[in-house]
Amino acid sequence: MTAAGGPVIPNFGSGSSCVTGDHLFCWDWVKQHWGDTLGPALAQHVELTAIAVSVGFVLAFSLALLAHRRRRAEQPISIVAALVYTFPSIALFQLLVPFTGLTYTTVEIALVSYTLVILFPNIVAGLEAAPPEVIEAARGMGLTPRQTLFRVEVPLALPAIVGGLRIAVVSTIAIATIAATILPKGLGFPIFYAIALPTPFKTEIYSAGILAIALALVCDRALVLLGRAVTPWTRVGG
Amino acid sequence: MIYDTANTHTFVQALRFIADNPGLLATKALEQMELSGAAIGLALLVALPLGIVLGHLHRGSGVAIGASLFGRSLPSIFLIAVFLTVLGLGFENNMVALAVLALGPILTNAYLGVEGVDEDAVEAARGMGLSRSGILTRIELPLALPLIYIGIRVAAVTVVATAPIAAYAGGGGLGDIIANQASYRLSGVLGASICVMALSAGVWALLLALQRATTPKGVRVARVQNPAGELGKEGL
Repeated sequence: MTAAGGPVIPNFGSGSSCVTGDHLFCWDWVKQHWGDTLGPALAQHVELTAIAVSVGFVLAFSLALLAHRRRRAEQPISIVAALVYTFPSIALFQLLVPFTGLTYTTVEIALVSYTLVILFPNIVAGLEAAPPEVIEAARGMGLTPRQTLFRVEVPLALPAIVGGLRIAVVSTIAIATIAATILPKGLGFPIFYAIALPTPFKTEIYSAGILAIALALVCDRALVLLGRAVTPWTRVGG
Repeated sequence: MIYDTANTHTFVQALRFIADNPGLLATKALEQMELSGAAIGLALLVALPLGIVLGHLHRGSGVAIGASLFGRSLPSIFLIAVFLTVLGLGFENNMVALAVLALGPILTNAYLGVEGVDEDAVEAARGMGLSRSGILTRIELPLALPLIYIGIRVAAVTVVATAPIAAYAGGGGLGDIIANQASYRLSGVLGASICVMALSAGVWALLLALQRATTPKGVRVARVQNPAGELGKEGL
């Protein structure tokens, strides 16, 4: 395995006594390898996740609107979604390789599949949560079905949509680490690299893992704030 | 990693690999199920009583609900690597890592299930003279059962689906084949991947059927729920 775009350099063996002794955590290694290992891996991880969640969201939203209009489509799509979610990521990545190779495309198809099956049920549930009397009132005010959808049902579904996005983003950040089994990108790569060494290198494992968790928690927090910003009515009187 | 030239034909070879190696695949699958079973058992021992007690006392909602969100943010390979550095190579490190992954769904759903039982039902039971433990075992637990099952199912599928990754830390199982393309070629990797998928989908379907068969009619959840959406009720 070769590091992203760089030469194959053992990550420890030289360096401080902390690094050569594989102590619990070596700040000097983190500082020294931020530029060539951790920083790029973090950037790649953000990219992998951002593409997967945006594409997955567009697909899930379109499918949810379709399912919302044709209720009969919902049950079959939900069952397929539940089944896809059981697919182990490590196996799904491998099974796509014969079709799309060891590429970003392979990784994104798998990641998009997971975001899709997380987002779809949440968006559908959100769209269905609009109380019938609210829909009636909208119709009574002369709104067309299309206007009812985009001015009443979708806004009322926003909390559920943001809730789904939170799960999708956090899960995708975790799952994207497994992409390193087919593509040397993202925060999973330093971890897989470090456990494959004759002695697992602790600092690299911990720093990359903590970065992934921190990224997930920061994104989650950001989505909570975004959710509050787009649903000001939920705070009335609160 | 060196890959064979890959094309759709390799799928035929993957199926041939499965047909040619039933013994190997069965042994590896069994290994993987042993590891998964031990991990789920360990997680159940810890998370189920904790979730039920917290729900019964209506306390610790932050911990119980935060557990599933935090658990979701933990990359499986990170947990496996961490316990590899702490416990060394073998069975225990992977069992503990996978058990940690299973804690969140079990704890959160057990908590939400017991905590969400209708107060009126509990009051009525108290009025009829049921003891504290009577209320828990005869009112709260039966009513919480559907959610508890959902938590166990999500946890079990998560563990079975993640177990192949444990092969990177000496966990054995079908992941051994997936992680070792040098010996098994792409056909073996794909064959094992197909088996891994079938295994986790099978566990999911089995637990769903089991849940349907053992849940009393009166407390059934009406819709088929998506394991991904099942914990999405936390809202904002």
